[in-house]
Amino acid sequence: MSEPNRKDSPEQTQFREHCRAWLAANLPPESPVRLPQSALEIMTREQLDYLQTWQKSAYEAGLVGSDYPVEHGGAGRTDCQRIANEEMQRSGTPYFPNIIGLGMAAPTVFYHGSDALKCQLLPKLLSGEEIWCQGFSEPGAGSDLASVQTFAERRGDRWVINGHKVWTSLAHFASWMILLARTDKSSKYDGLTYFVVPIRAALGKGVSVRPLIKMTGETGFNEVIFEDLEIDDALRLDAVGKGWTVAMTTLAHERGAGILVTPQAGGSRLGDAGLVPVLVALARESWRQGQCAADDPVIRSRLAELAVREEGFRLNLKRARIAGLTDHPMRLVLQYKLLMSEIAQEAGRLGMDIAGAAGSLYVSDPAAPQAGRWPLAYMNSFGFTIAAGTSEVQRNILGERVLGLAKSK
Amino acid sequence: MAMPANFGFGEEEQMLRDAARKFFADNLPSDRLHRLVAAPGVAGAERWDPGLWEQMAALGWTGIAVPERCGGVGMPVVAAVALAEEAGRAGLPAPLVGTLQASRLLVGCASAAADAALGDIVAGQAVALAITDARGAWRGDACELVWQDGTVTGTAPWVQDATKCAAFVVKARGPAGAGLYLVRAGAPGVTIVPDAIVDLTRDQGSLVLAGAAAIELVASGGAAAVVAEAEAALFIFVAADLCGAAEWLLQTTAEYARVRQQFDRPIGFFQAVKHPLVDVMMSIDLARSHLYNAACAIDHEPERALRAAHMAKAAAADAARFGASRAVQLHGGIGFTWECYVQLYFKRQLHNEALFGDGDWHRARLGAMLIDTAAA
Repeated sequence: MSEPNRKDSPEQTQFREHCRAWLAANLPPESPVRLPQSALEIMTREQLDYLQTWQKSAYEAGLVGSDYPVEHGGAGRTDCQRIANEEMQRSGTPYFPNIIGLGMAAPTVFYHGSDALKCQLLPKLLSGEEIWCQGFSEPGAGSDLASVQTFAERRGDRWVINGHKVWTSLAHFASWMILLARTDKSSKYDGLTYFVVPIRAALGKGVSVRPLIKMTGETGFNEVIFEDLEIDDALRLDAVGKGWTVAMTTLAHERGAGILVTPQAGGSRLGDAGLVPVLVALARESWRQGQCAADDPVIRSRLAELAVREEGFRLNLKRARIAGLTDHPMRLVLQYKLLMSEIAQEAGRLGMDIAGAAGSLYVSDPAAPQAGRWPLAYMNSFGFTIAAGTSEVQRNILGERVLGLAKSK
Repeated sequence: MAMPANFGFGEEEQMLRDAARKFFADNLPSDRLHRLVAAPGVAGAERWDPGLWEQMAALGWTGIAVPERCGGVGMPVVAAVALAEEAGRAGLPAPLVGTLQASRLLVGCASAAADAALGDIVAGQAVALAITDARGAWRGDACELVWQDGTVTGTAPWVQDATKCAAFVVKARGPAGAGLYLVRAGAPGVTIVPDAIVDLTRDQGSLVLAGAAAIELVASGGAAAVVAEAEAALFIFVAADLCGAAEWLLQTTAEYARVRQQFDRPIGFFQAVKHPLVDVMMSIDLARSHLYNAACAIDHEPERALRAAHMAKAAAADAARFGASRAVQLHGGIGFTWECYVQLYFKRQLHNEALFGDGDWHRARLGAMLIDTAAA
C-alpha cells in the first residue's frame, strides 16, 4: 500500500513533500507517440526520446537515484527512493526507459565495481542518458544460467570476448551491457567473471545486434554476437572467477529481493488503483453471448479473485517490512517477482475473457476493446513469467531457501 | 484515520504472539491434541481440556478484545487476531473464536447488560453466538427464535462449541424486529442438541430454548445494525484460525518432505512435491497480509473494514482448502490415516471454511462491492 507511512523520518517527510510539489508541477505531457506496455518493448527512437526526457527530468529533481551517494551521481539521501516510487505511482507517471540499468546494472556496479567505474557509469545511467542491457541468457543457457559459454580470454590487461547472447532487451539502444562470461572452462560456477561492456561503441567492431520479433509482433529484444571484442580489464566487476556471486546481486535486485530500492515509476498511468477498476469498466461495456459481462457470476467471481490477489500483493509489500509478521526474512521478498508476473498474466487473460467475442481483437483493430491492451498484455505477461528466472525456477528457490526442501539441481 | 504502517502490530502484540506460541507448544503438542480429541471412545463434549481454557483466562487472553472499561486487556483487534492464529496453529479445542466474535458483538451492543457479559468473558466465561437461522443467514432479521416477555423460545442451529460455553448471545424476533439477548447455559428451558460434525477439535449444536430467561442486550429491532457493524470481526477471527491451521499444515508437510525418502532422495527434491508446497505458502501469505490489514481496518478505518474482511476470509478459505488437500496428498498413505495428526487439521479446515461464508460467497459479496456500487 502506498499511503503515507506514519513513521516517515524527518528527511523522508520533507522529501515526500518535495516529490509531491515537483510532480504536481512537472508531470510530463501525454506522449506524442503510442507507448508500449513496458520499457522492455521500446521499439522506436521517438518512444525512447520521450521516455528519456522524462527520466532525465525526474533524475534532475532527485526522484531517480535518491539513495545513491552524491559522488556517484545520486541524491545522497537515506531510504528515500521508496518515497519517490510511491509518489510517482500515485501520480501515474510514465515508466523509465533505463529499466535494466536502474534495476540491475546500477546496484551491481555499486556493490561490485571500482570507485572509478561508479563515478564513470552511474551518473549517466541514473539520468537515462546511457541505456543498459543485460547479457546473461544464451541459446544453451536459460534456467541453467551458470552454463553460459560466451568466453572471455585474458591477454595481459585486456580481455577478448567471443559468444552469443539472446533475449537481450534494449540492446538496440544500449550503450552498455552487463555481461556474464566464462573465463575458465574447467569450473562451472567458479569459472565465471562479470564485466561491463561498451557495446554501442563497438557496434560493427566485434559486436553485432540482431532484433528478434516477439509473439506479440513487437520487437524490443535481440541477440548479441561477440566476435573477438577486446575490452580493458578495468571493466571487470569483482575478481576473476567471482562472476556468479556478482550475478546473484543482479538477480536479487531484478526479482525485487535486493537491498537497493529500484527507481520505479507508475508505468501505465493507472495511479494507485491497479487493474481491477479498468477491468470492471470493461465488464460493464462488454457482452458475452448476449449477457453483460458485469452480470456474469463467473466473471464477477474472477474479478473479485483478481482484486484479492492484486491487493494482497500490495499488502505483502507492506508486511515484508514488519519483522514480527514475516516468520522468515526472505519468505515474502522472494515471492515478489513470481506473484507480480502471475497476477499480470491472470489480469491479461481475464481482460480477454470479459470481452467475449471481441476479446481477440488486437491492437491494430480500431474496434478492439480498450485499444486491444488485454491480448497484448496477456502475451507480454509471458515475458515476465519466463524472464529473470522462470516461475518454475522461482518456485525452486522458494522451496529450497524458505521451506528447506532438497535442491532440485 | 490513517492506517499505521505496521498494521498496529507493535512490541506488545509481538510479545503476546510469542507467549501464545510458547504456551500452546508447551501445553498442547500435537500428540496431546490427538489423545484429547481422537482417542477411541471419547465423546464430543469431552474432547477438550477446560483447565487449559482457565489458564488462558488467567493470562487475560479470553478478554484480549474486551475494552479496559469492562476489565479487559483492551488490545487492538490485530492482537486478538494473532492470538486466534496461534490457537488455530495449535488446533486448540476451546471456544476461543466464538468468544472473540461474541466480544466484538457485545462491544457494539453498547448496553450495561452487554458490558456485564463482557466482564464475565474476562473472568473466563466462554460465549457462543446463536445468530444464524436454519438457512445459514445471519443478516437482517434472519433468526429462528422468538422473544416474548423476557423469555426466548425456538431452536437456533449452528451454535459453535455449544457444549463448552457458559452463555449464548442469541438473536430473537420481537415486536419491532430482531433483538439480541443473553441466555445462560444450564438455565431452565435451555437444552443443547449436539450435531455430529466432521471436526474433532470443535463441537456444534442446536440451542433449543423453551421460555428460557433472556437478558436484553439490544432491544427488538436493533439487532441487524449491531450484527452488521460486527460482521468484519465475525469473518476475520475465523480467517485467523484458518491461517494458523494452514501454517501448521504447511510446516508439517514441509518437514515430512524434508525427511521422507523415496527413490533415494527426500521427496521435497521432486518439483511435483516442492512446487505445490510453495503455492500453498504463497496462498497463506496472501491471506495473512489481508488478515492483518482487515484487523487493522477495524481499529483504524472501520468504513473500509468489511471489504477488507471479505478479502481476508476469501483468501484464508482458499488457502486452507488448497493447503489441507495438499497436506494429505503429499503425506501419502500415512496422511490418510486416523493416527496421523494431519487429519485433525484437515477436518478443522473443512469446518472453518464454511463458517461465516466460504471463498465463493465472499467473492460474490466482493463482486457486488466492486461492480454494483459506484464507490467501489
